[in-house]
Amino acid sequence: MRNLPGIFVAGAAATAILATSGVLADQSNLPSIDGVELKTRAEAPKDHPLPEIISGFEFRTKETQALELDDFTNPGFLLVESGEETWSTAEGSAGKSCESCHGDAAESMKGVRAAMPKWNEAAGRPFTLENQINECRTEQMGADAWKWESDDMLAMTAYVGLQSRGMPVDVDIEAGDMMSWWEKGKDFYYTRFGQLDLACANCHEANYGNYIRADRLSQGQSNGFPTYRLKWQKMGSLHRRFKGCMDNIRAEAFKRGSDEFVALETYLAWRGEGLSVETPAVRN
Amino acid sequence: MSVIRQGTIAACVLLLGVATASASDIASFEVVDGTIPQPLTDVAGDPVAGKQAVVDRKLGNCLACHTAADLANEPFHGEVGPPLDGVADRWDEATLRMIVVNPKMVYDGTIMPAFHRVEGLNLVMDKFAGKPILTAQQVEDVVAYLKTLSE
Repeated sequence: MRNLPGIFVAGAAATAILATSGVLADQSNLPSIDGVELKTRAEAPKDHPLPEIISGFEFRTKETQALELDDFTNPGFLLVESGEETWSTAEGSAGKSCESCHGDAAESMKGVRAAMPKWNEAAGRPFTLENQINECRTEQMGADAWKWESDDMLAMTAYVGLQSRGMPVDVDIEAGDMMSWWEKGKDFYYTRFGQLDLACANCHEANYGNYIRADRLSQGQSNGFPTYRLKWQKMGSLHRRFKGCMDNIRAEAFKRGSDEFVALETYLAWRGEGLSVETPAVRN
Repeated sequence: MSVIRQGTIAACVLLLGVATASASDIASFEVVDGTIPQPLTDVAGDPVAGKQAVVDRKLGNCLACHTAADLANEPFHGEVGPPLDGVADRWDEATLRMIVVNPKMVYDGTIMPAFHRVEGLNLVMDKFAGKPILTAQQVEDVVAYLKTLSE
């Protein structure tokens, strides 16, 4: 009995923390866009490295969140519209557009982004959305591959990604040899790099919610990519964000599309399973 | 044979030279019970220069992770590490020096970078390769500043 007051004090303190911290905000009111609910928090399965899976959305200010929650204010939609146009524009020696084979993107592309990266048996490796789009271009359309960070590629990954908005991230790491890529990505996540000697986990697993200078550390989830980043004043790929982190810790960054970044993307997708796809998200 | 051997010796000497040049950016110091009792340089640390190095985002950038009431006029103090306030009461100079040089010797697995170390790092960006974050003198300056932070 003597311990009870202590428990109550601890309980009150915990409640106070819950009430004041945006990270632990009320879950009953999920954000939504045009009636599509976004699950910005997901329960972590047993043995998951995180106690709760939280979208980068929850770590941003109300102002930044508001930009994402209205497609008219979301600056990412300029590229989405350009991607929509490209979808039906024939290009390449086969004279085909995306639409020639895939018809209405709203139907055929639903769920595609949520399942990326996805094992590609013929290639013997996981395909990111960028890999799949370029494969279509070079093999089916007879068109040149797009550069990873080109506006064309960002527009198409944003437009295709949008068709999965609100759907839970759900990657198949049992397919093919996905597990070895998952393992490689996990190794990467916990390896310290650069002059600052930091691993992804140091900031995004052990310190999410804390401020590092003016920036609030998130869990580094990938469910909003490609994302419109206010700091960039532009849409950017997940691999651009990876490179930015490596630059910050004074590490020699891997290239966009490299095996290392594809492995990390595979592992990160798994870490964020259950979160809604938010493409194109808006971040600071 | 003798030509090859001479060539090999020359290459070894060259390699040795390179290794020495890189290591010379790191002061030699002795760790005693998780502390560095002796200063890294002969020039006494300057707390004013140390304060600059603590704030400078290209040098210590300590405010990325720590708050400090003494630096309240600087914006955006981080909250990843403990506040710097009172750090001089918590640690003696030898321990402060060790924490700045390589905190992993004091706190295993800490997120805090080693500010005067070049060995055992992964994929360091070319322009920083072989260079510590802070020079030996900057470490002494930072330690001198930290010693002023008592409550």
